Amino acid sequence: MKLRTVRLVLWAPLILFLIFVATFATGLIKPESKIIPSKMVGKPLPQFALPPGAPGITGLSSADFAQGEPRLLNVFASWCVPCAAEAPQLTQLAEAGVKIDAIAIRDRPEDVAGFLQRWGNPYQRIGSDTQSSVQIAMGSAGVPETFVVDGKGIIRHQHIGEIRPEDVPAILAAVKGAR
Amino acid sequence: MKRAAIILSLFAASPALADSVMPPAELAYSQLPDAKQEAQATALMKTLRCLVCQGQSIADSDAEMAGDMRALVRSRIAAGETPDQVRHWLIERYGNWVTYDPPLDRLTWPLWALPAVLIAIGAWLARGRFKKRKR
Repeated sequence: MKLRTVRLVLWAPLILFLIFVATFATGLIKPESKIIPSKMVGKPLPQFALPPGAPGITGLSSADFAQGEPRLLNVFASWCVPCAAEAPQLTQLAEAGVKIDAIAIRDRPEDVAGFLQRWGNPYQRIGSDTQSSVQIAMGSAGVPETFVVDGKGIIRHQHIGEIRPEDVPAILAAVKGAR
Repeated sequence: MKRAAIILSLFAASPALADSVMPPAELAYSQLPDAKQEAQATALMKTLRCLVCQGQSIADSDAEMAGDMRALVRSRIAAGETPDQVRHWLIERYGNWVTYDPPLDRLTWPLWALPAVLIAIGAWLARGRFKKRKR
């Protein structure tokens, strides 16, 4: 081998080492995102029919959507702390005329009733999903999550995590866009 | 006194990440009666990623959602679906992220190509060495 090639080869281990350091350093400094967006956005809502999630409230089925008007589908649970944090924002959306339905995940009717009493009830219907099966069918990876479903029953938008006051305009815009 | 107060307050504090009070799904912790189907389901569960614990498979995780996903896998296998159909159903919802056995596509082909490329480079280097010896 020529002397120049030998010199280049001698540098190779150091360069490889630096590539390794850079790879692991970026992984450490900027860890992988924990947000798993649903692939169901843009697709029709899966078929489901859920019993009422609280006493005195109507259950929820996929047929309740696709009625010509966009609706919010809020995935929540009474045992979920951020779900209580987003309650004022949901109330605000309901007051702005947005129709909101919900799926209560792994919940008991009496607990949901207590939650609604404490934090208010912005929902028109609540379905009870005791084994997270509809949640999984929707590609939702946790509570709370909120889906915008358009008048044809197509999922148009997914909001992951609690709705904060600053998220309300974006949700309103998504509902308007789904009209 | 201060220490006692701290210890007492620890007991009073509730965890921020709560779990539900519902019992786990029936098929989350119990096997299918058909041993062959159970073996298929278990093998599949080991290659599906838990959505809330993220570093674990749903077979390894005690998270409630992992339990619900195990129940879903078992009930679908018991209903006669193949493991590939169940995996595909989940990929449709969560993307390739959910499987530890990613399919060959635009993004993953280097994983399969790289070993072949490395062996080729190795062979080329070795060839150079052997040539020199002969002289």
